[in-house]
Amino acid sequence: MAPITVTIKLFAHFRNGRFKEADHQFPPGVACREVILGLGFRLGEMGIVMVNGQHAPLDHPLSERDTLALFPLVGGG
Amino acid sequence: MDKILRVNMTDLTTAIEEVPAEWAGLGGRALTSTIVAKEVPPACHALGPNNKLVFAPGLLSGTAASNSGRLSAGAKSPLTGGIKESNVGGTAAQMFARLGIKALIVEGMPKGEGWYALKVSKDGVTIEEERGLLGLGNFAVIEALQSLLGKKTGVIAIGPAGEMRLTAANISVKDPSGKIRSHGRGGLGAVMGSKRIKFIAIDDEGAPGIQLADPEAFKNASRIFTKALMDHPVSGQGLPTYGTNVLVNILHEAGGLPTRNFTHGQFDGHEQICGETMHDTIVARGGKPRHGCHAGCVIQCSQVYHDKEGQYLTSGFEYETIWGLGANCLITELDDIAQADSVMDDLGIDSIETAVAFGVAMEAGILPWGDGKEVVRILREEIGKGTALGRVIGSGAGAVGRTYGVTRVPVVKNQAIPAYDPRSVKGIGITYCTSPMGADHTAGYTIATNILNVGGQVDPLKKDGQIELSRNLQIATAAIDSTGMCIFSAFPALDIPECLPALIDMINARFGAKLTGDDVTGLGKTVLKLERAFNLAAGLTSADDRLPEFFNSDLVAPHQAVWDFTNEEIDAFWDF
Repeated sequence: MAPITVTIKLFAHFRNGRFKEADHQFPPGVACREVILGLGFRLGEMGIVMVNGQHAPLDHPLSERDTLALFPLVGGG
Repeated sequence: MDKILRVNMTDLTTAIEEVPAEWAGLGGRALTSTIVAKEVPPACHALGPNNKLVFAPGLLSGTAASNSGRLSAGAKSPLTGGIKESNVGGTAAQMFARLGIKALIVEGMPKGEGWYALKVSKDGVTIEEERGLLGLGNFAVIEALQSLLGKKTGVIAIGPAGEMRLTAANISVKDPSGKIRSHGRGGLGAVMGSKRIKFIAIDDEGAPGIQLADPEAFKNASRIFTKALMDHPVSGQGLPTYGTNVLVNILHEAGGLPTRNFTHGQFDGHEQICGETMHDTIVARGGKPRHGCHAGCVIQCSQVYHDKEGQYLTSGFEYETIWGLGANCLITELDDIAQADSVMDDLGIDSIETAVAFGVAMEAGILPWGDGKEVVRILREEIGKGTALGRVIGSGAGAVGRTYGVTRVPVVKNQAIPAYDPRSVKGIGITYCTSPMGADHTAGYTIATNILNVGGQVDPLKKDGQIELSRNLQIATAAIDSTGMCIFSAFPALDIPECLPALIDMINARFGAKLTGDDVTGLGKTVLKLERAFNLAAGLTSADDRLPEFFNSDLVAPHQAVWDFTNEEIDAFWDF
């Protein structure tokens, strides 16, 4: 099966030593968890995981042209 | 012994009163709202002689408890027509508490055209005529008072906006750096201006200080509480590093960043104004990414922002201000927004109300979208000088909409809706509708649970669970606002089990009380209900607990979300 392209966006200190936004290729249906671990994060570091602007569980399978946004636990108000 | 200071501006007399028994267990918002509800006729004109302006430090203010230095100000709001409480950091709360001042109540109104200043000290409060500082901005007032009365003097002041009694005018409080924090919302600066008080100076020399009922128990509880603040990733790491402005990118990503006067949920220029960019800019220019609004703050969410030359430009540069002039007015130049922030501090005008008013003004064609330089000019030359246009914008978003025939006017109870679109973050919409304060994100900050995954997760795009979420947070917030604690202590309180019991243990050790968690929840409920009762008596109805019509009809991208709560569903908020 052809790989899928997923846009990954990183925020706050997740950007340090990595990137802001990049397209990566994965096998179809790859779970958010595998992408996160593949980037060298620990799952416990994740504050907010969004796919296409909506909160997603770690086992959410990704599709072609999805956007995965990863935030540490941060907040304001 | 704690006392109440009462100032009558009609006959220019002052009094020191004993604290009535029923007020002894109250502080902060619980006390200001109780006093306003008891002493202010709800139907009175907010800028007339029958309104009262009340200041009260929180229950724990003046103690060594971390983040306990918040001062509440209350009155009938000239902006909303309902009750108002707005709280602030700075040095005044701790000075009042150490002086044993439970509350300062300012009532009446002078008959003539004269202006006055109040001087608070261990001996009480005096009224003096004031001439020299009239018309000056807040920074000049603070500077003059520091050179006249000493560096340590506390200052509560109004700028030109308050002198003009504009309904977006705020009350400024000196912070530990000699800069400004604001009782921002609801036009309380206009109420102070109507009493013709330019400033209140505070001298805490010889203050008796706080007597703890159980110092050992207090110390233990305080240690646990501070540890919870430091351990939680939001209050311990996220807020200190990026400030509240880290929210720009989060709300953009979630489609809840109101853009172009609430027509879109995402802003193309988000990276130029976001917290990450701001952090890097501050560091590169030699500013301070961390800064506390009051002594004893361990979160340090504030910052000092320098200009391109490395000179001080502003501090306390918050997400809501940056959103309001940024995404909402399409301004992408962070330096322009910082300049505007500084001018708004100096004029003494609410940076949320004013930013949203500019969005409506841009929609009306008064100035071009995205023109930050023109915003700064209008602030200085129109609002600052009190021209007709300046007074319209300085009276808030609702006033601009009514004057120019705009229908997309994001207000509830005539108070501007801040930084989170209620169509795509539905819990906060319930808070906007139902808070007795008018549209106020801090009254029940559902963003924590809708977006930030703090205190669980409630899907922001669905209606399920939003009423309960907003109700529980509004009850908890009314209680926290009474303790003098920074609202950001709610982040650890929602997630770390030891945090809230430690807060209650500190109150008990301070007063020798035996409060339980249920008592604190009960206090929050009582405060909300008495505020609601004041509003109903003032003539507000459930029809005021509604979002503007356009939220029901205009879909907001990217989720094509719409506000779809029925009136009955909203009104069920009050079933408790």
